[in-house]
Amino acid sequence: MLFWQILIDGFAISALYALGATGFTLIFGVSGVLNLSHGAIMVGAAVAAWAAAGELGVGPYTGALIGVVAGLVLAFATYFIAVRPIQRSKAIAESEKEIFILTATLLWGIIIQEAIAYFFTNNAKTVLPIVEGVTTVFGVRTPRNEYFTAVICWVAIGLLWLLVNRTRRGKSVMAASMNPRGVTLLGIELSSIYLTVWAIYGLLAGVAGILLGMFLGVSSYSVGPLTASAFSIVVLGGLGSVSGSLIAAYVVGYLETATAYLISPAYRTIPALLLLVVVMYLRPQGLFGRR
Amino acid sequence: MISFKSFLLASCATALISSAAWAADPIKIGVIAEAQSVAGSSIAPAAQLAAEEINAKGGVDGRKIEIVVYDNHSSSAESVRAFQRAVSEDKVNAVIASYISEVVLALEPWAGRLKTLMITPGAASDVITQNIAKNYDQLKYTFHGYLTSTSLAGLVCDAAKDLLVEPYKMKTAVIMSEDAAWTTPLDAGYEKCLPEIGLKVVDHIRMSPDTTDFTPIFNKIEGLKPDVMITGISHVGTQPTVQWKSQQVPIPMFGISSQATNSTFWKDTNGAVEGVMFNAVSGPGVAVTPKTLPFVDAYQKKFGNVPSYAGYTSYDEVYMIADAIHRAGGTDPDKMVEAMEATDYVGTIGRIAFKPKGDPNPHALRTGKGYITGLMLQWQAGKQVNVWPKELAAGTATWPSFIKLKAASN
Repeated sequence: MLFWQILIDGFAISALYALGATGFTLIFGVSGVLNLSHGAIMVGAAVAAWAAAGELGVGPYTGALIGVVAGLVLAFATYFIAVRPIQRSKAIAESEKEIFILTATLLWGIIIQEAIAYFFTNNAKTVLPIVEGVTTVFGVRTPRNEYFTAVICWVAIGLLWLLVNRTRRGKSVMAASMNPRGVTLLGIELSSIYLTVWAIYGLLAGVAGILLGMFLGVSSYSVGPLTASAFSIVVLGGLGSVSGSLIAAYVVGYLETATAYLISPAYRTIPALLLLVVVMYLRPQGLFGRR
Repeated sequence: MISFKSFLLASCATALISSAAWAADPIKIGVIAEAQSVAGSSIAPAAQLAAEEINAKGGVDGRKIEIVVYDNHSSSAESVRAFQRAVSEDKVNAVIASYISEVVLALEPWAGRLKTLMITPGAASDVITQNIAKNYDQLKYTFHGYLTSTSLAGLVCDAAKDLLVEPYKMKTAVIMSEDAAWTTPLDAGYEKCLPEIGLKVVDHIRMSPDTTDFTPIFNKIEGLKPDVMITGISHVGTQPTVQWKSQQVPIPMFGISSQATNSTFWKDTNGAVEGVMFNAVSGPGVAVTPKTLPFVDAYQKKFGNVPSYAGYTSYDEVYMIADAIHRAGGTDPDKMVEAMEATDYVGTIGRIAFKPKGDPNPHALRTGKGYITGLMLQWQAGKQVNVWPKELAAGTATWPSFIKLKAASN
């Protein structure tokens, strides 16, 4: 019974982690940007969905749609306000740009976080679930929304896979992540690739944020931990490796869930962080890293 | 001279108030609160409202009340800085501070060092007043304007006896509280009073306020098969409530759930709070005293929402401070403390008087018959309905369909 409980809960949480981390790692793979406003964008999308459903009374579907749009808008805002000016700046040395972007996205994330706290208070919000009720499988009573979350996550990841492997645009994105210089030599504008990647990222982060808002709820306090968890999953899996992130998401998700059930919910995140430290020692490029 | 001016003021009040012709220096009250949290965000507006009402009637002995607001971002360190600034730069005469026990405990020694009257509208830890008992001369400047955790536990047990044990023959309970300063005495109170009303405590779960996934906690509680979960939550609220509903945990939630006292909680939880029963000092439409409903109306008219529990107390506290300054004949801190100790004031939450020096909890509110008794509210179809005590009840308890009450059908 406990085994099934951990299996089911862990699967849903891990799927959510995987979706959140995929966009994060994609951006890094293609443009070398570590987007530390990641958590803020996820929370922003969830709060937008919550506010739309609550204030405007638009129902769960439209609310979720508005949330996804908010995620997209925030992702583009991050790119145009915090990232692109630094990438194009002549005043900042190339070698220092990475650290400037890191700082800029961190501060941008804090701005979003404080704005959310200011306008919507720092109390947690939950997004109106699209699917209600519970289902009992193997004697485990689970909210249907949890299954729904896992399904949507995998559908989104599957669509991303199709996009990257089956479309011309996606293939050029993939190529850019392997060799940006080579792609420009083939006559593809890197800046338009960046736009595509940030759009994909915005959609993924938006969907992940809304699902998290339905499943567990979010508050402005979730911003830091969400960024940290995406960051550690991506580092564990290997920076820039999408499949590595997916596997790492499941390792972290199950490790956390098992700890919460078998030891105590208070120690939930500790074993995963210890694992991260060990991996950093033994295999600094991550489990599946190329760089 | 002063009395002449205040006479002038009284005789043509409204005309003069708008031109701000005040007799003497204003009385300044600092408000240090959590502008970003639901519970804390009512503290400053409610104080402002009280100050405006008092000023409209001529102020305190001709002196205008001015509220100076500081946002502490829920941080003890920022609160201490705000307190120092309030006293040394802004020259406030008294401070109304915070709903968080940790913050008030950090400010308490500063109130003593800077000899400035401080009262909290929402913190609950008993340690605040226990400290005063240990070091009265130094810490007498602090007043506890909200119920202590031990009093809260007692009120919850009183209500549980009438609402759970008698009608449903409940026998077992699990205490579920967040790990924070205010819940230590609360849990001790629960451990003591629950068995006294016939509820055996089968387990006691203290969870981290950072918890986001409550599934393992509910799973464990359900495995213990208690009749009820007795809650002690304030920093968390939305997430356990929503997950309780979405996972359809078949055990009622009953006790302290501070966020549930706020009118926006239904929306925050998308209605998942239906059926949750929680202690409160006031509720919508409940005329605890003749002042309660006029206050709520005025607040709602001015700010467009309903005050949180700390709003009621903050509003009362401005009146109490004004009254104490009037009786003390000025703003000498020691005289203000003496006058505050003699407070006997009917506010929005009941008759307010402080326990005296010599009590284990000096400067804590008196509770029980004749003073503050508290209410038990339940969220029903988007509304907070008062279900206890009987003489003030507006409805009866109802439970969501997923709640299984063992003896309900007997």
